[in-house]
Amino acid sequence: MAEATPDLLSRRLLFVTGKGGVGKTTIAASLALLGARAGRRTLVCEVDAKGDLAAAFETPPLAFRPRQVTGGLFAMTMDTEESLKEYLRLQLRVPLLARLGPLARTFDFLASAAPGVREILTVGKLAWEVREDHYDLVVVDAAATGHIVGQLRAPAAINELVAVGLVREQTGWIRQILTDPATTGVVVTALPQEMPVTETLELVGALGETGVDVAAVAVNRVLPELFGRSEEEVFERLRTPALAGALATATSGSVEPVLDAARLAVTLRRTGAGHLERLRAGLAPGLPVLYVPELFRHSVGLRALTQVADALGAELGG
Amino acid sequence: MNATTLEQLVAAKEIVVTCGSGGVGKTTTAAALGTMAAEAIGGRVLVLTVDPARRLANAMGLEAFGNAETLVEKTPRGELWAAMLDTKASWDDLVRRHAPDTRTRDAILANPLYKNITGKFVQSHDYIAMERLYELHASGSWDLIVVDTPPTRNALDFLEAPERMADFFSSRLLRWLLVPYRSRLVNAASRPFYQVADRILGSAFLQDIADFFILFQSMYSGFVARARSVERVLGDRRTTFVVVSTLEPAPVREAEFFVKALTERRLHLGALVLNKVLPASLLDSRAAVAARRLCEAPGAVAKALPAEAGPPAIVEHVLQEVGQSFLNFSVVAAREAATRAELGVAPEVVATVPYQDEDIVDLDGLRRLGAALWHERRP
Repeated sequence: MAEATPDLLSRRLLFVTGKGGVGKTTIAASLALLGARAGRRTLVCEVDAKGDLAAAFETPPLAFRPRQVTGGLFAMTMDTEESLKEYLRLQLRVPLLARLGPLARTFDFLASAAPGVREILTVGKLAWEVREDHYDLVVVDAAATGHIVGQLRAPAAINELVAVGLVREQTGWIRQILTDPATTGVVVTALPQEMPVTETLELVGALGETGVDVAAVAVNRVLPELFGRSEEEVFERLRTPALAGALATATSGSVEPVLDAARLAVTLRRTGAGHLERLRAGLAPGLPVLYVPELFRHSVGLRALTQVADALGAELGG
Repeated sequence: MNATTLEQLVAAKEIVVTCGSGGVGKTTTAAALGTMAAEAIGGRVLVLTVDPARRLANAMGLEAFGNAETLVEKTPRGELWAAMLDTKASWDDLVRRHAPDTRTRDAILANPLYKNITGKFVQSHDYIAMERLYELHASGSWDLIVVDTPPTRNALDFLEAPERMADFFSSRLLRWLLVPYRSRLVNAASRPFYQVADRILGSAFLQDIADFFILFQSMYSGFVARARSVERVLGDRRTTFVVVSTLEPAPVREAEFFVKALTERRLHLGALVLNKVLPASLLDSRAAVAARRLCEAPGAVAKALPAEAGPPAIVEHVLQEVGQSFLNFSVVAAREAATRAELGVAPEVVATVPYQDEDIVDLDGLRRLGAALWHERRP
């Protein structure tokens, strides 16, 4: 049944995307951590340079040049100007490069005027790391829902717009890497909430036109089921004034906030479950959906990241 | 006198811009503010929203997508209208307005680069949102416009969009590019640029770009003047910004960054809305005592309850789950409280909106949310 779908972590290039605020960076960092734990030389790259990835690993700000953050795991942040420089260094003779003068203005111009240039410098750099076997696994904390399709479609778009030139010559191999499901996959991150689920379903549909395989949907912060049906009846009885009073006496504390909090948890869980049903129903039956539980953590950073990675690892069956 | 509630703030302004990172409830907050304003203050109120959840759109009577303003409801003292931002349609309108003649207009609208830039360019989205806001405000038909900003990668993009658009059209690089198109005389300074651009993109594509910008330059002066006007409106005292955030670490980081940026630009920071905040009762120490007791000795507590509670084994399990759930949520609530205490920003109004346990599906839902926003005073 699932034979056709390659294992998530056996792929070489994973783009992790999702609506803003759903925990995209956490999922990307966790997948990278799992890859490194499995003994694979792993690179994780933050595309939008917000600094969330460095915060997750509790390390100083990341740079374009990858830096080892933990055993076998390297991290970098995308900088398209640096990417262009690296590319030119590889492609052009040095004297010409030296005469170019300050590259920043040229780059600004190219990136603003020519659609897709910024995108292809991002995607191209990452695909390059895969093609050159610099890493076994490259995980991308990619652009958010609104931009990921444009980013992944850039090689094809450039192909349509640009008839000749170096950029066009590059689009062929980049597309080959992107559209091979054994090599590349997209992981869409969601939350069990209305907007994130709606956007996830729309995005999975839109990704079809990029030719890049959707590898999995990861749902963050899934609340635990507190009660079965008979337990819920008991819970409702406990909230009646007489029993709540007896409970207060028995615990020698204040029970109303405790019961209110449980009520909130039950309602939140129920609302979330409805959205998860809608999500599952809207996705292809064979597509893996990974559920990461709400961890009620007081910390952020590396400790929290390890917990999410453990939970995600369990979901992946390893 | 400074406003102390959102009601006072909104009553004194003509434009309210909500901003913040994704997923914090920005669109819903804008819709709720508009709904409350139409009812409590009155007048013609417009909510201009970017890509709202479909059910929220339904709640506001916006099944039909489009650029046109739609009447949502008539209130005793006013009207609530809503509109969505259609980037492509707004750009087309702009071109029609500024093109010097019909030939240029049609050539631009048919240009493949134009379609690419207006459809996919992130900055074009930011710019057009502000442009549309200006247009609506200048029409004079609205007492209040509430606008939620587009989801930007960089929180500041939309503020800088008008300026960057103007810069772009007056840039030297653009002139460089257009020179050979006009005269074929490439000076020594710009030659390496062409060699590299040629190698990378190919001359045919460069020609396409030049064609496009030659056409677009005919609209230059109108465009730049317009960008400056948009900037002025954003900085006007009749405009205020409302920053929305949850108390999660990443949105708070972004909100603080935003507040700083607004202040540096001398834009009016009217309020900070803290959304989806867990109830304060989760921090009640006597409740924590009860919850711990439920976790540690659920059997003993169950025995102390009257038999009508239910089968003891089930009661015991329920009590333990209830206690554990409280302790779980109070960990998060404590973190939120700490984050709030450390907030390094102090706008005139800070409003806290409690966690809504159900989705907002209609105007009543927006009113409930609005009521929570409306009356909160600064502590």
